[in-house]
Amino acid sequence: MTEPGDAGRPVRLGGGQGFYGDGHEPVAALLEAGVDYLVCEALAELTLAILAKDRLRDEALGYTRDLPRYVAAAAPYLLDGRTRLITNAGGINPVAAGRAIAGLAKEAGVSGLRVATVVGDDVRPRAAELGLPDDALFANAYLGARPIVEALAAGADVVVTGRVADASLFLAPLVHEHGWAWDDWDRLAAGVTAGHLLECSGQVTGGNYSGAWWENPDPLHIGFPIGEVAADGTMVLTKPEGTGGMVTFDTVREQLLYEVHDPARYLNPDVVADFTTVRLDDLGDDRVRVSGATGGPAPHTYKGLVCTPAGWAGEVRFGYSWPDAEAKARAALGFVRGRAEAAGLAVDEWHEEYFGVNAYGGDTVDLGPRAVGDLEPPEVIGRLAWRAADRDVVAAVARDVGVLGLSGPPTITGTGRARDGKPTQLLSVEPFFVDRSSVDAGVRVDLQAL
Amino acid sequence: MPRIQLRDLCGARSGDKGDISDVSLFADDAAAYEAIRAEVTAERVREHFGTLVQGPVERYEAPNVWALKFVLHDALGGGAPRSLRADNLGKTFGANLLRLWIDVPDDVAAGAGRRKAPVPR
Repeated sequence: MTEPGDAGRPVRLGGGQGFYGDGHEPVAALLEAGVDYLVCEALAELTLAILAKDRLRDEALGYTRDLPRYVAAAAPYLLDGRTRLITNAGGINPVAAGRAIAGLAKEAGVSGLRVATVVGDDVRPRAAELGLPDDALFANAYLGARPIVEALAAGADVVVTGRVADASLFLAPLVHEHGWAWDDWDRLAAGVTAGHLLECSGQVTGGNYSGAWWENPDPLHIGFPIGEVAADGTMVLTKPEGTGGMVTFDTVREQLLYEVHDPARYLNPDVVADFTTVRLDDLGDDRVRVSGATGGPAPHTYKGLVCTPAGWAGEVRFGYSWPDAEAKARAALGFVRGRAEAAGLAVDEWHEEYFGVNAYGGDTVDLGPRAVGDLEPPEVIGRLAWRAADRDVVAAVARDVGVLGLSGPPTITGTGRARDGKPTQLLSVEPFFVDRSSVDAGVRVDLQAL
Repeated sequence: MPRIQLRDLCGARSGDKGDISDVSLFADDAAAYEAIRAEVTAERVREHFGTLVQGPVERYEAPNVWALKFVLHDALGGGAPRSLRADNLGKTFGANLLRLWIDVPDDVAAGAGRRKAPVPR
């Protein structure tokens, strides 16, 4: 049996997660298809902010809480050595994430799992020295692949990190298996290219595709990406057989430039990669060969991200129907603002949006007479958001909104129930009839002497 | 030269880092790439986005995948966790750029016309 890294045997990397909240089902197909490493990328800037709020509530939180689900899915493969799991699900509390895995293992009666936790990205204790704000909710440096390589060399089955750069999670096993040197810039750049393409799960296999997205096959069962990376850094990007989605020149190039600024200088902690030398060859059958990445010396600094409180926000949404839907929505939002201002509430910023008109497009929408200006949308949703330093001010604005219901423009209506799919208990009301005397018999007037 | 909307010529995807939105435009072939390279300048993109983007716009070229990259500064209302916008990540910015009209050579116009999605009503 050949081991990954042996001559002629590419390393198979599975992109098991693209964000906190991603689907779990595609992971099973990756594991069944066979991956040497299941890599789960859980963090985004916004995610860290969400985790910071979690940790404010409970010091034992601060990691992505669906981590145990990934570990449980991978456990049989981890235990017999078919695969290893690498994830930055530790967020801003990797130690707690490590504990969660240990707890899961104990609960499931699993023994023999070697779990490595990478810490050290948290620089909040050094805030003063680094000139960072002293009220930071978190301050983390984006680490590179080295500590993960160290953990793999030490025999870890699971490596949990905090803020490690997304692509570095994938670079690490390639360095470990292929033995690439830390100054082999082109190889490191190839690894970062591979990682960058694999780190957003379905976004390289047909998800979010801006071409003929409606022809993406079987999106309900979208397959997450697999990268087969050879020792020279060349990768074939594909997905498990029998899954939905697609891997084409088009889906891969859309991901290649995603969240990249200068494509000739993609900054990673371990290398500066040039994506403009990358060549994509569509081999057909959901296989795209990725080759030609070049790189140069790593930056002397780590990028960091610091988070501080920025006040409070509130928001409301109202729907208005034709006729004059936009005019009514604008009047309604003005009504809410006007009452808050008349009450002297210290709101620092107001933001109005009109869904159905230009909520997303802003000034890119032509509101001129021959475009939207002459159209009367069948309905418009007005959204008013506000920001204030004082939480109570934000709440006070919201409390006053109801007046609009009976005192504002006509045809006000709702936009549905829970904002983010959270269950809302529904209640049924039905009229009924009951005999008067049977009720009267139970009517009592108690007089209590005080 | 015929005038066409970028929607008929390009794909687009946008991403976010802090208060920066990055938008990629993908042409279907070398000729279409040259056409957008000539027309879709950083200045035009800055003007197109109007008040949505408060800072400067930079442009980069990726001819290997027939793509242009625009980096839009001060573009997300202060960054996702701070923004009051519904689209706090700027996920629609790529689509917003496809509203732009540009002049293209006849052969590029003839080859343009990305298909539109059917609506299964």
